[in-house]
Amino acid sequence: MSRLEVNNLLEVNNLLEVNNLRVDLPVEAGTLHAVRGIDFHVERGEMLCLVGESGCGKSMTSLALMGLLPRKARLTADRLQFDGIDLTTLPERRRSDLRGARMSMIFQEPMTALNPAYTLGNQLCEGLIRHRGVSRREARDRALYLLERVGISAAKDRLEQYPHQLSGGLRQRVMIAMALMCEPDLIIADEPTTALDVTIQAQILRLLRELQQEFGTAVIFITHDLGVVARIADRVAVMYAGEMIESAPTPALYANPAHPYTRGLLSCIPAPGKTPPGSRLQAIPGVVPSLVGSVEGCAFRNRCPQAQPACERTPPLMSLPGDHRARCHYADRPVPAPLQPEMSS
Amino acid sequence: MGTFIFRRVLVAMSVALTISIVSFMLLHLSGDLATSIAGPEATAEQVEQIRIDYGLDQPIVNQYLDWLGGALTFDFGHSYYYQSTVVDLIVDRMPITLTLGGVALALAVSISIPLGVLAALKRDTWVDRLALLFAVVGQAMPSFWFGLTLIVVFAVTLQWLPAAGSDGWQHFVLPAIALGYYATPAMMRLTRTGMLEVLESDYIRTARAKGLRTGAVIFKHALRNAIIPVVALAAVELGFMLGGSVVIESVFSLNGLGQLAWDAISRNDYPVVQAVVLIIALFYIVLTLLADVANAALDPRIRTR
Ligand SMILES: Nc1ncnc2c1ncn2[C@@H]1O[C@H](COP(=O)(O)OP(=O)(O)O)[C@@H](O)[C@H]1O
Ligand code: SF4
Ligand SMILES: [Mg+2]
Repeated sequence: MSRLEVNNLLEVNNLLEVNNLRVDLPVEAGTLHAVRGIDFHVERGEMLCLVGESGCGKSMTSLALMGLLPRKARLTADRLQFDGIDLTTLPERRRSDLRGARMSMIFQEPMTALNPAYTLGNQLCEGLIRHRGVSRREARDRALYLLERVGISAAKDRLEQYPHQLSGGLRQRVMIAMALMCEPDLIIADEPTTALDVTIQAQILRLLRELQQEFGTAVIFITHDLGVVARIADRVAVMYAGEMIESAPTPALYANPAHPYTRGLLSCIPAPGKTPPGSRLQAIPGVVPSLVGSVEGCAFRNRCPQAQPACERTPPLMSLPGDHRARCHYADRPVPAPLQPEMSS
Repeated sequence: MGTFIFRRVLVAMSVALTISIVSFMLLHLSGDLATSIAGPEATAEQVEQIRIDYGLDQPIVNQYLDWLGGALTFDFGHSYYYQSTVVDLIVDRMPITLTLGGVALALAVSISIPLGVLAALKRDTWVDRLALLFAVVGQAMPSFWFGLTLIVVFAVTLQWLPAAGSDGWQHFVLPAIALGYYATPAMMRLTRTGMLEVLESDYIRTARAKGLRTGAVIFKHALRNAIIPVVALAAVELGFMLGGSVVIESVFSLNGLGQLAWDAISRNDYPVVQAVVLIIALFYIVLTLLADVANAALDPRIRTR
């Protein structure tokens, strides 16, 4: 039995296993390392929330999982396994058998994600017909059921409508129904509510959570908002500049954030009901380092309020009690007290 | 959709009317028609006689209204040169031009669209460059010169096809190639850029995220959207080809409308000129109308508002 097969047996409970995933993009200035060796896993039926500022590599990570990276992008990984299937070596044909059938995706922009030339019914049904070989009738029945399930009224008429006849919120509901057509094991939702207005956001979020629990589908929910959004997840993983800097069960992350970046994000969150809707969160001062070329030491160093000389070395991913990990030299111990006060005492 | 078409037809009819007025005025103000009809040897009395016989002494508005009254009942008068009515001449010649234009368009469409799709899919490879070269050559080469080259190679040297005449289908092959190549580059480029744009779009990513097969992604989802402007262009190109067939018809001695127009102009056969101008204008109008209707039919965003 090969080592890989042993691993498969050992890890068979995790739906998704990702080790040292990298995504590189050639750009004019050199190579942009959009994803810099991240590790994470997704358990069956759980909701993992992937949080990070815009540009930190969340979309590239999700496209890498789906096998939909831009053509020029290069992917490497020590392990990229979906339900025991090695995705790094899977030929494109087999990969497309998985897409839409066992793993599906909901995108950020509901306004452009649907083909303007075809009816919703047509676009809802085609995946099921392709993967399951069902008749058009059966596919329509399932589409009808799911449209009702995602809260669309007059679903029968909607099947005959075109995308431009629906609002953004409704289109995103259609996208959710579409993602569910083949009863996938995993749904990747890449900022599905970012483009929608606040009240609709909450509705869509609640809907996704409900469906995830009802159908037992694992969900990777991507967001840049560590506020309300991330709280609904079972676990939260925080990304910064292409790295995974902290991951923990949701309660642990909110109670004991171990990474200064996570703490910064949490302190930016206004108390519920205290800010007018749509107002921008106060951001952590400083800028994200360029993703072109390599980053020396801790990537957060230039913005970290507790940076130490030791931070010029790249911090390891520290394991903390209770499935909690953080990439910071001081994740498991206090920052050394500054020298200055000691001398003056 | 119904009111949409009705509105477009109204616009089309007023355009046709305007064109007929303008061409009539241009023809009659370009010089003394009676003198040019009578020829250089005619005496002053003969010229006056012709002026009266042909009604050219009447005020120009009356002449136009006369002509328009006839035109509305498909009576364009007699040719000054042929022993025949203008309508008979046109009915006689039109099928040749329509056949030529239709075959040329079919040829152009069936080459430019697959080539455009292929160039887009193989972007920046030698396939793409070859397609681009094919387009550039087509745009740069005058169609009469290409027609003559075809005659030299396939009619004279290889003797595969006839060089002149319009008796059988063989006579249409070379002229249709010459005329069709002329329409190919623009349609090919539009297909290519359209495909490149659409392939980058979010809904193509959605289609791929559904695990659809490459064929379905390219043809069902991408081409269906990329082709919308190409269909409109094809209609306009057909109009251009009917105009452009003047040259090709004379190169290949095809007795079509183009040839008729050419002869009529050089023989001062004004009723024929005026009628052919109107017919060609009507073709353009009908074709742009068809392009709009096709656009609306293909694009649900226009159709279902
Ligand atoms: N097609 C692309 N070509 C080059 N760079 C890209 C492309 N798409 C995204 N990037 C870069 O990759 C990095 C990660 O982007 P992305 O994964 O979209 O971030 P996020 O989804 O977290 O906002 C960013 O720096 C972005 O500028
Ligand atoms: S390693 Fe240093 S710089 Fe990086 S987050 Fe931790 S304390 Fe801050
Ligand atoms: Mg993104």
